[in-house]
Amino acid sequence: MATDFDTIAAISTPPGEGGIGIVRISGEDALSIADKLYRMKGKKLSQVDSHTIHYGHLIDPKTDQILDEVMVTVLKGPKTYTREDIVEINTHGGMLVINQVLQTILSQGARAAQPGEFTKRAFLNGRIDLSQAEAVMDVIESKTEASKSNAFNQLSGDLSAVIQSLRQEILNVLAQVEVNIDYPEYDEVEEMTSSLLMTEAEELLDQITSILSTAQQGRILREGLKTTIIGRPNVGKSSLLNRLLGEEKAIVTDIEGTTRDIVEDYVNVRGVPLKLIDTAGIRETDDAVEKIGVERSRQAIKEADLILFVLDQSQALNPTDHDLMKLTQDENRILVLNKSDLETAVSLEEIKDLAGNSPVISTSMTNQSGIDDLEEAIAQLFFQGETIEKDANYVSNTRHISLLKETQQSLEDVITGLEMGMPVDLVQIDMTHAWETLGEITGETMQDELLNELFSSFCLGK
Amino acid sequence: MTQKNEHDVIIVGAGHAGCEAALASARMGMDTLLITIDLDLVAFMPCNPSIGGPAKGIVVREIDALGGEMAKTTDKSYVQMRMLNTAKGPAVRALRAQTDNLVYPEEMRKTLDAQENLTLVEDTVNELIVEEETVKGVITESGTAYQAQAVVLTTGTSSRGEIIIGYMRYSSGPNNSKSSDKLSEDLIKRGFVLDRFKTGTPPRVDKNTVDFSKAEEQPGDKEPNHFSHETPDSSYLENQLSCWLTHTNEVTHEIIKKNSKLSPMFTGIIDGVGARYCPSIEDKVTRFPDRKRQQVFLEPESLRNDRIYVQGLSTSLPADVQREILDTIPGLEEAEVIRDGYAIEYDVVLPYQLGSNLETKAVKNLFTAGQMNGTSGYEEAAGQGIMAGINAALAVQGKEPFVLRRDEAYIGVMIDDLVTKGTSEPYRLLTSRAEYRLLLRHDNADYRLAEYGHEFGLISDERYEVFLEKKAQVDAEIDRLQSTFLKPTPELNAKVIDKGAKELRDGILAYNLIKRPEWTYEEVLEFTPSDFAFDKQVAEQIDIRAHYEGYINKELKNAVKFQKMEEKVIPADLDYKQVHNLAIEAREKLETIRPATIGQASRISGVNPSDITFLSIHIETGQYETNAAQM
Repeated sequence: MATDFDTIAAISTPPGEGGIGIVRISGEDALSIADKLYRMKGKKLSQVDSHTIHYGHLIDPKTDQILDEVMVTVLKGPKTYTREDIVEINTHGGMLVINQVLQTILSQGARAAQPGEFTKRAFLNGRIDLSQAEAVMDVIESKTEASKSNAFNQLSGDLSAVIQSLRQEILNVLAQVEVNIDYPEYDEVEEMTSSLLMTEAEELLDQITSILSTAQQGRILREGLKTTIIGRPNVGKSSLLNRLLGEEKAIVTDIEGTTRDIVEDYVNVRGVPLKLIDTAGIRETDDAVEKIGVERSRQAIKEADLILFVLDQSQALNPTDHDLMKLTQDENRILVLNKSDLETAVSLEEIKDLAGNSPVISTSMTNQSGIDDLEEAIAQLFFQGETIEKDANYVSNTRHISLLKETQQSLEDVITGLEMGMPVDLVQIDMTHAWETLGEITGETMQDELLNELFSSFCLGK
Repeated sequence: MTQKNEHDVIIVGAGHAGCEAALASARMGMDTLLITIDLDLVAFMPCNPSIGGPAKGIVVREIDALGGEMAKTTDKSYVQMRMLNTAKGPAVRALRAQTDNLVYPEEMRKTLDAQENLTLVEDTVNELIVEEETVKGVITESGTAYQAQAVVLTTGTSSRGEIIIGYMRYSSGPNNSKSSDKLSEDLIKRGFVLDRFKTGTPPRVDKNTVDFSKAEEQPGDKEPNHFSHETPDSSYLENQLSCWLTHTNEVTHEIIKKNSKLSPMFTGIIDGVGARYCPSIEDKVTRFPDRKRQQVFLEPESLRNDRIYVQGLSTSLPADVQREILDTIPGLEEAEVIRDGYAIEYDVVLPYQLGSNLETKAVKNLFTAGQMNGTSGYEEAAGQGIMAGINAALAVQGKEPFVLRRDEAYIGVMIDDLVTKGTSEPYRLLTSRAEYRLLLRHDNADYRLAEYGHEFGLISDERYEVFLEKKAQVDAEIDRLQSTFLKPTPELNAKVIDKGAKELRDGILAYNLIKRPEWTYEEVLEFTPSDFAFDKQVAEQIDIRAHYEGYINKELKNAVKFQKMEEKVIPADLDYKQVHNLAIEAREKLETIRPATIGQASRISGVNPSDITFLSIHIETGQYETNAAQM
């Protein structure tokens, strides 16, 4: 056992009715607690081989009543996710049964796990590094499929691998500078000159900058693309909203925790998480006919990453349309020409002219046509015409972003120092800082690493 | 006359650690006894005839600032002086001397003989006298019991030392001196954990048989520099000896490979752990087979003899193979060997058994220092020696221990590394071991340490006054320069343009002009003369502060963070079993090393950030007090 944590338990499958439900127990007493509940002739879970699965009944030891027919997986530490003993009980589902099972386990001395606590143990027991642990927390908290897959990529160590290779590059540079200092007379070690160091620093800075450029996309994947639907009354905003929030796509969340029609709704459009803001406003103002002010839209526009500007193509553009058009001209927007089932009263030429670079999509909420085109346009806009790559890396964690920015700053300091003619060993202070900062992302900063690098790469000594 | 057998402090061993320890203790007013196996081998230099270099040279300056002797003795005995890394920044510049290895020990012996409160005795210490886990003295081979309140052991490579050349192996201290065998047994009996380390030396050849025309000359510096702040530039040696550089080649390497099975390393005759930092030529050739040549430096050992130290060719191969190797090296083809290279294996006290003041955890008032603690190098030994001597005296006086932090001195870095991380091979100081090396420069050792040296009475009032005056002068000059506005006169602009910058239109603060990398304080003085007479050391301080202000401030900021961790004290009697959630490895390491502060704990390998978090929580939430109260 790696540490003396207490034993925790939790339902590991998502809430709701499913085929089976899993309750997981982790900790020193996982096996002994499971033994108290498990009944199978002549079998004790504490005596079976690790990583095996067992059929049997689960009983409540207090009443001896059978709770369910189960399959139990026994995983003994340290080769488990938390490095502790783990027992996973597969029940026949039904929230009632699973809850009963969990309650019984808790009554036998386990403690209800907090969200992410299994992962926290995996980290504290050294099973995974910090960035992997954080990615798991992202999975737990992630809101759409795409951000889940982003989180999974980091979990598999992609970010760690990228950071580690960057650190290795810096380490090579540092080691060379150190060798020049500690062994000034050893002529066979190439002198790390200012110009060499400059080249290295610039290359590293490019790499960090490019990782950071994915951060914006990462944030969107994590938090959702803030989207607002604008347009004057009765152009079909509500219908569009309802269409986007259609049962099959809606992911249930309500940030403020009250009713869904107050503040924000999440929807997954072809892997792009949209966070629809001011949805209540849309409904409200559609009802209260002339109440719309450009003011209210202005506020929403300011906050939004994406604007869906709905126009009624069966009516000529009026001054409000023109105002909104102007107001949004520098924004990320899509023009939705709704009511294509009715006779067209606007000139497509004129609209395209006004639209500039914004995509123009014709839809009919009544006929449910053009929705695919709209979704495609949203995806196109987000991924900039590139199809989403499953294994692309998006830095999405706030801590990672701020550490990467700190690294970027250190590398810029290296370059400034060199331009000012500072000696290599001083500029190295900033280079070392960049290396340490990157180490904080993966949770490893060891001075000894540098020494080992020095002596495995160079032949030194007298 | 009856021998007086009672003293305050006993130092065992008179190598570089022992000499500094003895002098520090005696100068702090302790009645000090120095016992050594051979009084003719005091401060002996069995390895290379040089002192200083990167990191090590700074240690010598630190010893000087604390009131030690190595710097002064080097200044009395060098045959060549060089400043290394001059093209690099001020933090890594390093002074190195080639010393006359006959004169250095003689000068040190003179200093010891002249020292008040210090008695020298030639004998071998066999046993410690320990009562109630406190050292009370030593018993020697002659059967004499010497009483003392504190004992410092600095037995170096003599501890069960064994010399190995090829298949030959015999008991010996350095340079065929007598080895010390009984003391190790006594230490083991008292529960100390010892390990075997190994180090080596190259062959020495006769100067008259070397063809120097085939080697590259490396002369000393013209610009005067000394290690001690007390040595004036005027005494700088004019006629210095040169060193010479030559190389091995592929033929040499073939011979080494062919004979490597004869090396004691491979035959298993040596099982001690050798230094990565000081590898033998057979190590270098085996580990880096792609290298077509290795550097070999020819260093004169003394003005009084013809011995040349063949640096880079450290080996324990059989004597005939050593000669075969020399024959292949340009300049050494005809060289006659005066002394064969040899390896020496010896006992070390694994340093995790020591506190930060170098006192052993098992026996109170017993200190160990130098190569015995697993280091390599004269400077590392001397640095520990002075610290052990000061701390032994402080222990006798009942005063707080003296510990230097990692941001205060290389000596602090070294001792913290040893007692916190331990070492599995002979430890050498490197600049890369210091986190704050821009703060630990060779030019500011006085600024960092003179106050301590003075407080302990190790540096004189006169010298301290001189230092304070210079310090005040630096501050006054910086103040003046920061408020002196230089007008854009044609003379000033001529110089500005001459240095490649644009013409000044509005004038400039004198200090800001020095901040420009291409300017120095001395040059700026042309345009704003000072009331003070020009002083090289003052100028150096002003230049460094002006030029590197930004970087120095960055390191100072980091050092403050570091100090906060060092201030979080871990109770000495903390029961790690009571600390929840520590990983097993961390718990074991913490129990063994028993770090004094959270900062020290965080540097132990195998103790992870999460362990530190749990440990801090345990101490800060008062769980410790609760436990103690329950006991």
